[in-house]
Amino acid sequence: MQNGDQHYSMEDETYTDIDGKAISLECQSHSGFCREFTVSSAKVSIGRVMVYTCAVWLSAYIVFFITENTAVLSSAIIITLVGMMVHIHFVKVDHETLLIIGSLGVQVSSSYASGRESTDFIEMDKIKDIVINEAIHMQTVIYYLCILLKDPSDPEAVSSVVPLFQGKRLIK
Amino acid sequence: MVLKIFFPQCCNKADSGLLVGRWIPGQNSAVVLAVIHYPFIPGQVKQYIQQVESSGVDLTVLGSWSMPKEGQEGMESFLRDLSTIFPQGQWLQLSREMGKIGFRCHVLTRDQSKSPSDKVIFIHYEQRKVMLSQLHPIENGVPDPQTESQLPQVFGTVCQSEPLFFLDKYDDSPVKLTHWQSEGREGSIIVELMKQASTPVCLLTTWILTLWTSLCSSRILNVRPMRFISSKLSTCVQLSYRTEHLQTVSSPTRATTHNHFMRKANIFVSFFVDVSLGLLLVSWMYRENRIGKLANTLVPAADHIAKELEELLQWLMGAPAGLKMNRALDQVLGRFFLYHIHLWISYIHLMSPFVEMILWYVGLSACLGLTFALSLLSDITALLTFHIYCFYVYGARLYCMTVYGLSSLWRLFRGKKWNVLRQRVDSCSYDLDQLFIGTLLFTILLFLLPTTALYYLVFTLLRLVVVMFQGVVHLSVDFINSFPLFSMGLRLFRSYRLAEGVKFRVLCEEPGTPLHLMMDINPLKVSRVVQTYRTPTYSCYPKDSWLALCKKLFLGELIYPWRYKTTKID
Repeated sequence: MQNGDQHYSMEDETYTDIDGKAISLECQSHSGFCREFTVSSAKVSIGRVMVYTCAVWLSAYIVFFITENTAVLSSAIIITLVGMMVHIHFVKVDHETLLIIGSLGVQVSSSYASGRESTDFIEMDKIKDIVINEAIHMQTVIYYLCILLKDPSDPEAVSSVVPLFQGKRLIK
Repeated sequence: MVLKIFFPQCCNKADSGLLVGRWIPGQNSAVVLAVIHYPFIPGQVKQYIQQVESSGVDLTVLGSWSMPKEGQEGMESFLRDLSTIFPQGQWLQLSREMGKIGFRCHVLTRDQSKSPSDKVIFIHYEQRKVMLSQLHPIENGVPDPQTESQLPQVFGTVCQSEPLFFLDKYDDSPVKLTHWQSEGREGSIIVELMKQASTPVCLLTTWILTLWTSLCSSRILNVRPMRFISSKLSTCVQLSYRTEHLQTVSSPTRATTHNHFMRKANIFVSFFVDVSLGLLLVSWMYRENRIGKLANTLVPAADHIAKELEELLQWLMGAPAGLKMNRALDQVLGRFFLYHIHLWISYIHLMSPFVEMILWYVGLSACLGLTFALSLLSDITALLTFHIYCFYVYGARLYCMTVYGLSSLWRLFRGKKWNVLRQRVDSCSYDLDQLFIGTLLFTILLFLLPTTALYYLVFTLLRLVVVMFQGVVHLSVDFINSFPLFSMGLRLFRSYRLAEGVKFRVLCEEPGTPLHLMMDINPLKVSRVVQTYRTPTYSCYPKDSWLALCKKLFLGELIYPWRYKTTKID
C-alpha cells in the first residue's frame, strides 16, 4: 500500500440489488477525512446481447419471409443498433461512486457502460443530514441512503431529498 | 476545521517566492492567485499590492512558496524571515521537492503555533478555466459574503482578479509574477477586429432603426384599420419583434452582466443564422423561376379547393352518411354557401394576373430571414382559406343560436326561467299561449338541430385543419426565434464557460503529504442551457385548456385557439 490509501472490498459478503443481480462494494480511504465508496454492478454479458440480437433478427426474417419487403430487414438492423447504443449510453450503469471530503462536501458520480460519467457535487453548507430512508416499492419496503438538503430561505426546513446510488439498491 | 488551499495548476512549477491571493472569510480557505518570484524587494511588493488593490482586487500576501533548485541555498531562511516582513494572521509555508509530487504545508499563526499538516487539503484548479467560467444558478444582485457558499466565492475571487493577470513576463516591472497569463496575454485578432468594427456598425444600425420606428409610428400607418390588420398578420408581428431585438443588440453600451451579454449574443447569432437561411431560400426559389411556377400553381390550387368545397356541399345537400336532413333548410344553407364560393372564385380569378408579380415582390422580403418566409406562408394560407373561416363563423353562429334557443325553450318546457339578476334558474308561471308558442318553437328547433349541427361540424373540422397547419408554422417560427444558438455553441465547444458546479478527483499522493484534489468544471446540462438562456418571445400558446376548448366547441362559441403573448419589457 505504497500510496497510503486503504482499500478494502467486501469479498466475503455478497450483495444483491432489488432485482437480484450481484453487485460489489469497495471502500477506499484516501486520508483521515476523505473516503470513497464505489458500488459496481455486473458488466453487460455477451450472451444476453447475442440472444436478444438473434431473437430480433429471426423475427425480422420471418416477417420478411411473409411480406417480401426488404425494408423490414434494414429497419430491424437499425433498431438493434440504436437500441444497443441507447442502452449502454443512457441505461446501463457500470459503477456509482460516493466521495466524501470532510468540510468540503459530497460528490456523487455515476459511470455508464459507454464511459459517460455524470457527476454531482453537493457542498457541505447545503447538506442538512445523510439518512437512511424507507420507501414502498411495488410490494416491498426498501431502504435507501439519501442526503437531505437545506432550504435556502429557511435553514431548518428540508428542501429536497437526494437519493444516492440510483442505479442499484442494496438489499443485503 | 480543515484548511483548504486552492492552488492554481500553472504555479506548480513556479520558482520560489511569495504567495498572493485571498482568504475566504468564514470558510477557512485560501485562494492562491499568483506567485511573486525571488528576487524581489519587499517594499516594491507592498507598493505593487497596494496599486492592484486600488483597482478593485482584494489581494493579500498569503505565505511563501519554496521550490528548491541548485544554487539557491539561502532560500529557506530568507523565506522564513518573510513572515516577519509581511505580518498576517495566518502564514502558509508551502514547499515542494524536486522529484516528488506532493506539497507540504506548515501554517504559522500569529502566536507562533504550528498546526499539523494532516488538516490541510490542497485543491488544484485550472486558473484559466475558472476565470472564464460562469457558475449557475446565476445570482442577481450582489450576494452577502457571509452567507454565500464556498464555491461561488472562489469563482468570484478569481473572476474579479482580472487586473492582477495583466502583468506578464515580458513586462518590465520590479515584480515578476507567475499566473495563467504570465507566458503572454491571451488575445485573438478576430475578436479585437470585431470590437473595433462594432462601434460604427452599432451606431449605423441604431440610426436606421430609429428611422424605421419613427416611420412605423407615423400618423398614416396608425389609423385603426391598419393597426387591426397589422396585429392580425403574423408577418407584421414578426417584423416588430425583430426590430425590438435589433435595438437590443445594437445598443452601443457594453453588456454589464453575464445574462445581458448572453442575451445579446444569442439574438445576434440567431438573427445571423435566420438571415443566411432566408437568403439561401430566396436564392433557391428565384433560380429557375421557381417562384413563377409557385405563383402559377396558386390559382389552380384555390380553384381545386373551391371545387372540393362545392362537392362537399352537394353531398351535404343530399343524404350525407345516410342521415336524413331537413330538406328546406338544407337547400337554403347549401345554396347560401355555394353562392359564397362562387363569389370567392370570381375574386380569385380577378386577381390572378397580378398574383405572380405580387408573389415575386413579397417573396423578396424572405431575405430578412427564414422566420419571415414562414410567417408569409402562414399569412398566405390564412388569406387563401378566408372563405373557410367565413363559413365556420356562419355555421358556428347559426348553431350557437340554435343551442341557445333550445336551452331557453327547454327551460320554458319545464316551467323554469333564467334569472339574469340572480344568475340562476328560477321557476316561473307562463301563460297558456306563451307555453303553446314556446313548445312549438322548441319542436321546430329540435328537429332542425341535426342539419345545423352537421353543417357546423363539417366547417369546424375544416377550420381546425387550417388552424393546426398555422399552429405548426407558428411553432417553428417561435422555435427559431427563441432557441439560444450561441449558448448551445458555447456549451458544445467551450463547455467550461457554463458551469453547473465542480467535480473533484483525488490525485495520487505520497505518504506524509496532505490530501491533493483536482477540481474540474462540471458543465451545465444541455436542457438547462436551453431553459436558462431561451430568448423570451411572443410565443403562441393555447389559450384554453382541452376541456374549455371542447366546451366551447359544443356550445358553438367561436374559437381562436392560438393567442400571442405580448413581448416582455425588460
